[in-house]
Formats: sequence, structure tokens, C-alpha cells
Amino acid sequence: MILGKVVGTIVTTISHPHYKNRRLLVVQPLIMDGEMPAPEDDFIALDNTQAGIGDTVLVNREGNGARQALGIPDGCVISVIVGVVDSVYLAE
Amino acid sequence: MLFGRVKGTAICTIKYPGTEGLKLLVVQPLNKRLEPLGTLQVAADVVHAGPGDLCVMVRSREAALAMPVEKFVPIDLALVGIVDELEVKPDGEFSYALKTGRNQFT
Repeated sequence: MILGKVVGTIVTTISHPHYKNRRLLVVQPLIMDGEMPAPEDDFIALDNTQAGIGDTVLVNREGNGARQALGIPDGCVISVIVGVVDSVYLAE
Repeated sequence: MLFGRVKGTAICTIKYPGTEGLKLLVVQPLNKRLEPLGTLQVAADVVHAGPGDLCVMVRSREAALAMPVEKFVPIDLALVGIVDELEVKPDGEFSYALKTGRNQFT
């Protein structure tokens, strides 16, 4: 799983049944302090925990985990937000 | 999962059994600022997107799972949503850096 920050929201009325009545959020992964943020590795994740813009979230980026998180056995979802992070402690 | 702009259609008469009847669209993958990301690719369409639509795409095995009937087909990119509204905050607004020690987010 990775840490990311929600930077956007997407509204789709026409979508695959597995994406029905769930919000899609644009997530930018967190990086180590001092590194340059690679703009190309942002992605879209399905919201499972009512996260909003500006929240730091935990994202499961593997299809199998996403299917279990959503409870859809053959779900076509890769990235699912599985948690909203309060704080992160990094040892020196 | 990522953004994609539909650029056109691809028509294949001879293709892998099980993928008949699937609409193939030529798409340009985009990043969050809707700038092109790599080269054009061909995606299978399940939401009836047309040229010029901004869509949500899914890659790898999940794209094959998005197919309506046959789920075990060699498809690795599928359009699973048409974007109606999009709101993305500019980069300067958030800091993406993780510092050593305690990072308090809420």
C-alpha cells in the first residue's frame, strides 16, 4: 500500500457497474523530503473511506486487494483508498 | 487507473476469439493536468465513449475483468468511465513531502 494525498475529485455518471455510487479521487503519491515530485505518477483511486481533497490517504494499488476491499469478486478496480492517515512517524 | 482522451476508433476483423463485438478506441493516456502521457494506445470500450471524451481507464488484468461477457480475454486497457466533472487542485497547494520524525496530517 502507498501513502498519497488526494488532490482532486472526479464525477462520472456513465461508468462501469463496479464503479457505481462510489467517488473517484485523483491521488498524488507522497515522496521523501527533498526529492522532486514526479508529476507523472498520479493516479485515480476509488474512494472507500469518504476521503476528501487534501486528505492524506492509504491506497491499495493491487487488484486483488481492491476486490477484497470492495467485496466484488471479479471487480475491475485496481486502486482503492483503504484509509485516511492521521500521522506518519519516520525514524531518522 | 488513469485518465484517457479518446482520439479515434480501431476496427479489427480478425482478432482473438472472445473479443468479438468489443469496441476498440484509440486513446491518449493523460496525467492529472490532462497532459499527454506516453504514446497513443488502444483500449476496449464498455461505456460507449465517443471521440474527444475524457475517460477513466483501467490497466492490466482488471481491464479484462471489465469486459461484459468473456472475462478471460487478452485485453489490458479498458475504458470504465466517462468523466463529466473534474476538479484537480494545482501542485503548489499541497506539500507531498514526508519528513523524518513526526508528520501530522489531520
